[in-house]
Amino acid sequence: MFGSQSNFVMYDEELKRINAVIEKLLRESNSKVIFLVDKNGQLISATGETEHLDTTSLASLTAGNIAATGGLAKLIGEKEFSILFHEGEKDNIHISIVAGRVILVVIFDQRSSLGLVRLRVKKASDELADIFEDLARKTAEMEKEGTAQSPFAEITDDDIDNLFK
Amino acid sequence: MSFINYASREINCKIVYYGPGLCGKTTNLQLVYQKTAPEAKGKMISLATETERTLFFDFLPLALGEIRGFKTRFHLYTVPGQVFYDASRKLILKGVDGVVFVADSQEERLDANIESMENLKDNLEEQGYQLEKLPFVIQYNKRDLPNVTSVAELRNLLNPDDVPDFEACATTGEGVFETLKAVAKLILVDLKKGGG
Repeated sequence: MFGSQSNFVMYDEELKRINAVIEKLLRESNSKVIFLVDKNGQLISATGETEHLDTTSLASLTAGNIAATGGLAKLIGEKEFSILFHEGEKDNIHISIVAGRVILVVIFDQRSSLGLVRLRVKKASDELADIFEDLARKTAEMEKEGTAQSPFAEITDDDIDNLFK
Repeated sequence: MSFINYASREINCKIVYYGPGLCGKTTNLQLVYQKTAPEAKGKMISLATETERTLFFDFLPLALGEIRGFKTRFHLYTVPGQVFYDASRKLILKGVDGVVFVADSQEERLDANIESMENLKDNLEEQGYQLEKLPFVIQYNKRDLPNVTSVAELRNLLNPDDVPDFEACATTGEGVFETLKAVAKLILVDLKKGGG
């Protein structure tokens, strides 16, 4: 849905809609933390008990995990493994691919169950897929109209040099 | 493919350090980590074997500051250099915005450098990228060792397109930040042009 060479863009409106979906998923699945990661490892959004979590590292490792299992899938002739589940002593991680492009991660403990998480994730995934489709359309339209002015279009060499002082 | 987030006013870019086994990719990242202010960096993650060889990747998130109200974040990755980890290298190149090729200047590693450079081109092409079109810099590492190939010869073999290149000694830090700055700058210039 996104060209491999074009940038992935997120707008306020879509982010609000995404956050509403994952916050609802957090409540309905009784989970601890939910986050959404782009397949390249960039964190899109996170909700729940994230204060003590290194979400940047989690995002990068999740993407690495999905990439590695995707590689395994291809070796045995599967397109991808769309769901991964890691079971711990207290906490568990449920990872699924949404719309073939984004990764939805749900961390939960004994207050929830794998069955409940799977059920709620399925519904939320459909809603998220719609939002990402809208986002892709919006990005494509903006590019077509040429209104997708890069916020970097007007930066100067000095701006860039200032970053490295 | 950078990630521009208008909602949080952030821009995220991915830089990959590539090169033959033991050329110093991980050392580059470790040095950047050591010399960066705590508020500007996240945790460095190394997925390595028991003998400290990179198994999957190293990862270091950096926040460089703001440009025109946008926070600029760079995610630095290394690939495993050993030849047989090629499947993993391909995965890490996905979504890359800029590449640093770390060459091992030692004479006996000359072939390994050339092989790794060819491998980089092949793997990028498989993902639909062309090295010539990506922000790309080269670092000639280990210049402090006695048995090194001359920079002129390395340049001749590895840098036909005359991209920015730097001499370095990653263990002492010489050339490390110059390399990183150069690639980061090329990425930002690319974004300015509306590419990426």
